[in-house]
Amino acid sequence: MSERFRLTVNGTESILEADPDTPLLYALRNDLALKGTRFGCGSGQCGACFVLVDGHAAPACDTPLWSVADKSITTVEGLGSVGALHPLQEAFLSEQAAQCGYCTSGILISAAALLARNPTPTEDEVRAALDRNLCRCGSHNRMVRAVLRVAAGVRT
Amino acid sequence: MNTLTEARLRRTGSLEKNPRLSQWLRVERDGTVSVFSGKVEIGQGILTALAQIAAGELGIALERIRMVAADTSLSPNEGVTSGSLSIQDSGAALRRACAHARALLLERAAGRLGAPIGALEVKDGTVRAGGRSTTYWECSDEGLFDRDVEEPASLSPGGHRVIGTSSPRLDLPDKIAGRPRFVQDMVLPRMLHGRVIRPLHGFAGLDSIDDAKARSIPGVVAIVRDGGFLGVLAEREDAAIAAQRALRSAASWKEPATLPRDIHAWLKENAKDHRVISEKSDAQAKSREVRTLAASYSKPYISHASIGPSCALARFEGDKLTVWSHSQGIFNLRHDLALALGMPEEAVVVRHAEGAGCYGHNGADDAALDAALLARAAGNRPVRVQWMRDDEFAWAPCGPAMALELRASLDSEGNIVAWQHDLWSNGHSSRPGRSDQPALLASWHLAKPHERPSAINMPLPAGAADRNAIPLYDFPNQRVVNHYVREMPLRTSALRSLGAYANVFAIESFMSELALAAGADPVAYRLRHLSEPRARAVIQAAARRANWGEWASREGHGHGIGFAKYKNLGAYCAAVAEVEVGREVRVSRLTLAVDVGLVINPDGVRNQIEGGAIQSTSWTLKEQVKLGERGIASVGWEDYPILKFSEVPAVEIELIDRPELPPVGAGEAAQGPAAAAIANAVENALGVRVRDLPLTPERILAAIEQQ
Repeated sequence: MSERFRLTVNGTESILEADPDTPLLYALRNDLALKGTRFGCGSGQCGACFVLVDGHAAPACDTPLWSVADKSITTVEGLGSVGALHPLQEAFLSEQAAQCGYCTSGILISAAALLARNPTPTEDEVRAALDRNLCRCGSHNRMVRAVLRVAAGVRT
Repeated sequence: MNTLTEARLRRTGSLEKNPRLSQWLRVERDGTVSVFSGKVEIGQGILTALAQIAAGELGIALERIRMVAADTSLSPNEGVTSGSLSIQDSGAALRRACAHARALLLERAAGRLGAPIGALEVKDGTVRAGGRSTTYWECSDEGLFDRDVEEPASLSPGGHRVIGTSSPRLDLPDKIAGRPRFVQDMVLPRMLHGRVIRPLHGFAGLDSIDDAKARSIPGVVAIVRDGGFLGVLAEREDAAIAAQRALRSAASWKEPATLPRDIHAWLKENAKDHRVISEKSDAQAKSREVRTLAASYSKPYISHASIGPSCALARFEGDKLTVWSHSQGIFNLRHDLALALGMPEEAVVVRHAEGAGCYGHNGADDAALDAALLARAAGNRPVRVQWMRDDEFAWAPCGPAMALELRASLDSEGNIVAWQHDLWSNGHSSRPGRSDQPALLASWHLAKPHERPSAINMPLPAGAADRNAIPLYDFPNQRVVNHYVREMPLRTSALRSLGAYANVFAIESFMSELALAAGADPVAYRLRHLSEPRARAVIQAAARRANWGEWASREGHGHGIGFAKYKNLGAYCAAVAEVEVGREVRVSRLTLAVDVGLVINPDGVRNQIEGGAIQSTSWTLKEQVKLGERGIASVGWEDYPILKFSEVPAVEIELIDRPELPPVGAGEAAQGPAAAAIANAVENALGVRVRDLPLTPERILAAIEQQ
């Protein structure tokens, strides 16, 4: 049965009506038109749909709406926008750290969560933090370099 | 067709089939140039490279180029974006078209300015002479390009200001900002969400379905059935998914035939077509043989495993159908959609929209027919279908399993005097658009079903199952046989590099085995059998860059080399792998040297080679489609693990630029060499040879125990 939910996404409150078990992913993509969070597996195993929930990277495909009603959600669109990119996004561009770009949003989210709790990670720590995200094109090393570039405070 | 003929045909690329200049570009009044290519962006960065070529030949800034997304109603038909041929096909055509366009524009400008062409000063589309000026944008009109492209006197040397630079990818700003860019992100007014219901382990038909539960889900609009094709339409995507689940558990399917237990033995038993594809003989050399070695290798079925499952949108307007798809071949897809739907081809338009990374013939085309079939039941409302993860793993075609047997004879000095290579495989292409039966999944399950075509092999020299089966080494006696298996236990089709991955893995593994038997260094041993200078150069460059000669052996550590000239026609690539073997194999470093002729975009080439090498590492260490009794048993990431961030090797690449030589594609060159380099490094570390892919801990343990 549908219920009314108050969601705070990228600092903006929205009200939407949906079944409480609806995965957050579909509310973001289809109700709020935030397409940057992408469907990959539906079971939290690939990271393509990661969003920040109160600062922690979580799979939106496997997060029911009822569980995030009073939490703060940040999607890739909330990290930065064109003209005002997040330093991680700038660094990903500088390193050309993508091929297809489908996994990129989720990886940016994992990296942002990492840097928030550990602003100066080692390379091994970056890799460990990104292990929940899959990349099929083989852009891993470029992405790791981009994250380290931000950690080192290198201007992009 | 011999190599030379093919090379000559390739010289003008897709102009052969699309000769009109107006098919390739249009100079716009607003100071931009629209470029039409039939090749599509699949994550490889091709649109950027083609834009560089166009800008370079026109002598204008890259920012002025607008790459128009491929569309069957607008674009030249360039077949399929595959085989690392976009630079050769589309790039070669665009270079000539743009050089011709530039000549025509300058001729016009000269007329306007009343000056000879030689006196014109041209900068970024502005043409000056004698204190007066005009522009490309003023000189162009509708009729100017309405003619066949002529071979230009020379390709613009000015082009090299853009060509050869690492221009950033044109599509990445959107993708990194999370802006909607993929077909998966498209929304059309009044769009419905569709899902198709198929069992996860193969089926031979739909017996019965109780759809009561699915119908009771709020927002479900229709349940569509046509024979064994079963789909659902809903207002919300989550409702469509819930209905898909409900229908799947309520359906009763006819069981398919069981799968062979040992696929490699089965392939050898079921080959009906045995083709000798290369034969050389030299009795004198043969008489020097003192011993013969033989080895068998195998490769499992491999999944495309793109991160984003396939997706398509479709809309009927009256009897006209428009489909948005991430297909690699929109014209081929249009052909098969028309066949499957019983429509004239002219009534179907297919528009390309970017999808997640594509490494060959995945579910993209199938999702397009799924969307079209559901749209036909949606009363002119557009329909979006995205496959779920398990749909993709269970139903997209796989890269074929292969079995290989190699045999070589050595003379008393260890030189190879005779070589034999036998391979057994299904065909490597069942792409749409190539037969009178649609190669689209749903069409085989309709009430009036079409027949599933068997996968075929394209002819040599590019080949398919036998791609790269003919060694580039100079062996006096040589026999290579392709044993083709028509019957397909699993649906197979093109996966990045086709048979080259397994053939190069086998050839290059065996070369290192022979070097060991001959007591020779594997690099020196290869060079001793190889005369082609560009081939030698990449092997030497990779070895030098990896400090091959200074390797200090340590327990559990090993290094190995692999080499190939992709398709024996394209890019030269050598890889050196360094591994540590503990409980499992860890590749610590890959060093590659690559020669693609003229480099259009150095960073683009590096990205493709690096990505290919990392993906090949994943295939080689981890990947195999698991077979159940009646179908694919690995339908999620837990059953089909791929390489993780913490497992990815450091990758170093040396590019050998040859500006005087035609450019060739880079996308598939690293697959085989990286695999062989890793297997050779494992042997170097442990002293045991693993010949069956992937190189899992179980396989390695078994090899050690067998010793």
